[in-house]
Amino acid sequence: MGLIASFGKYLLFIAEVFRKPERRSVMYKLVVKEVYELGFKSLSFVVFVSLFVGAVVTIQTATNMTGSWMPRYLIGYATRDAIILEFSPTIISLLLAGKIGSNIASSIGTMRVTEQIDALEVMGVNPATYLVRPKIFALVFFNPFLISLSMFGGIFGGLVAGTLAGECTTAEFITGIQYDFNSFKAVYAIIKTLLFAFVIASVSSFHGFYTQGGALEVGRSSTKAVVYSSVVIIVLNYILTQLLLN
Amino acid sequence: MIEIKNIVKSFTDKTVLNNVSFAFEKGKTNLVIGQSGSGKTVLLKCLLGLHEPEKGSIVFDGTNIVGKSTKNLKNLRKQIGMVFQGGALFDSMNVEENVLFPLQMFSDLANSDMLDRVNFCLKRVNLENVNHLYPSEISGGMKKRVAIARAIVLNPKYLFCDEPNSGLDPYTAILIDNLLQEITHEYQMTTVINTHDMNSVMEIGQKILFIKDGKNVWQGTKTDIITSDSKALQDFVFSSELFKTIKRIKS
Repeated sequence: MGLIASFGKYLLFIAEVFRKPERRSVMYKLVVKEVYELGFKSLSFVVFVSLFVGAVVTIQTATNMTGSWMPRYLIGYATRDAIILEFSPTIISLLLAGKIGSNIASSIGTMRVTEQIDALEVMGVNPATYLVRPKIFALVFFNPFLISLSMFGGIFGGLVAGTLAGECTTAEFITGIQYDFNSFKAVYAIIKTLLFAFVIASVSSFHGFYTQGGALEVGRSSTKAVVYSSVVIIVLNYILTQLLLN
Repeated sequence: MIEIKNIVKSFTDKTVLNNVSFAFEKGKTNLVIGQSGSGKTVLLKCLLGLHEPEKGSIVFDGTNIVGKSTKNLKNLRKQIGMVFQGGALFDSMNVEENVLFPLQMFSDLANSDMLDRVNFCLKRVNLENVNHLYPSEISGGMKKRVAIARAIVLNPKYLFCDEPNSGLDPYTAILIDNLLQEITHEYQMTTVINTHDMNSVMEIGQKILFIKDGKNVWQGTKTDIITSDSKALQDFVFSSELFKTIKRIKS
């Protein structure tokens, strides 16, 4: 199928997702369940990755600051900007596209090939609304928390690694992360996070929802979900940066 | 009662159903039989409104569903129970939640009444003390019975079953067949069962439609099969040695 036809099909799918649900009370429960399944269960993964990447960013920055005339607090400053502007919103979203996106596509794809989606449809339940909307709401709601936590984790990792390696003192690092702080950078990061969360949930659901065949196709849908989500995130990242920061 | 008239359904250039007509009667187990690929499942999907036929009409107690939008079919779908070939139970829900699901979506009963209804339906299909087990923890026969319980929980007027005893041992298959027949009589439903299991045909075939290559080749009851002069039907039904012997003895 051509790119334009796929995009059209995706838009129709999104329109279907945002139709009126059969029962709002059921929808609320599902959103809470998905927040736990997709968001809460990713917490330790995000914190773990952020701590170590923050540490690496700090050490690499310190290694490149060879001039003795450069103030050491710049290590904290550079780490903060790298984490807030790019690592947490974009790289963590890409990692989540892998972790959550494949989970969403394979679970919905399996439901499709085992006729569970047909069962919903026969019962008179809109499967797109019932299955996909809670996932989109859950990710859009919870990902900003995850990404904020990743920012704190990354900067904290940098602080620990920087001081342990003797590259800067705790006070210098803290001065750095406070230096010339522009709160719009955090807003920019959250805007990106919200859009990326929507992309991860909707693109992965789309690929899972239209799976045809058996177990092999579920695997293929899962791979496609991760690849397409990642590509869309990368392209959107460039567009949003151009629009918001330039 | 469901009446289909001159149904035609094609996929790209292949005609899967060609002028199929039949009347599925209320309070009877109506069987659709035929070889794999004969068009049985496509016919069932047309009846469920999942496929739209190019020609013909499908009339549910006076209401033609052909050409109706999904929105307009919603009310009818609440009166339909469906048992899928593999059960199609929701993996993420336990047995109780699976049967409870249609009630939660469409009924205004209090929670305790819903649970009473779930337990009643599970008991009706001879399942007890399995409420908290997940589909992966129960046998194939139990899955089919849970699927039947889920299908009847809203007291449907129409029950559809796609190969309800495929993959089951002969004993469990007969239990499922008898259960479907009992439920059909008890609730006076219009039941349509897709099958190619000859034991089912001989057990519960109160009204039978035989399809071959998308065409309505024969219709009748289980007792008519023996005396039928349709060669296609005879070749299909009496293909196994066991049934050939039974036929010899009967005749």
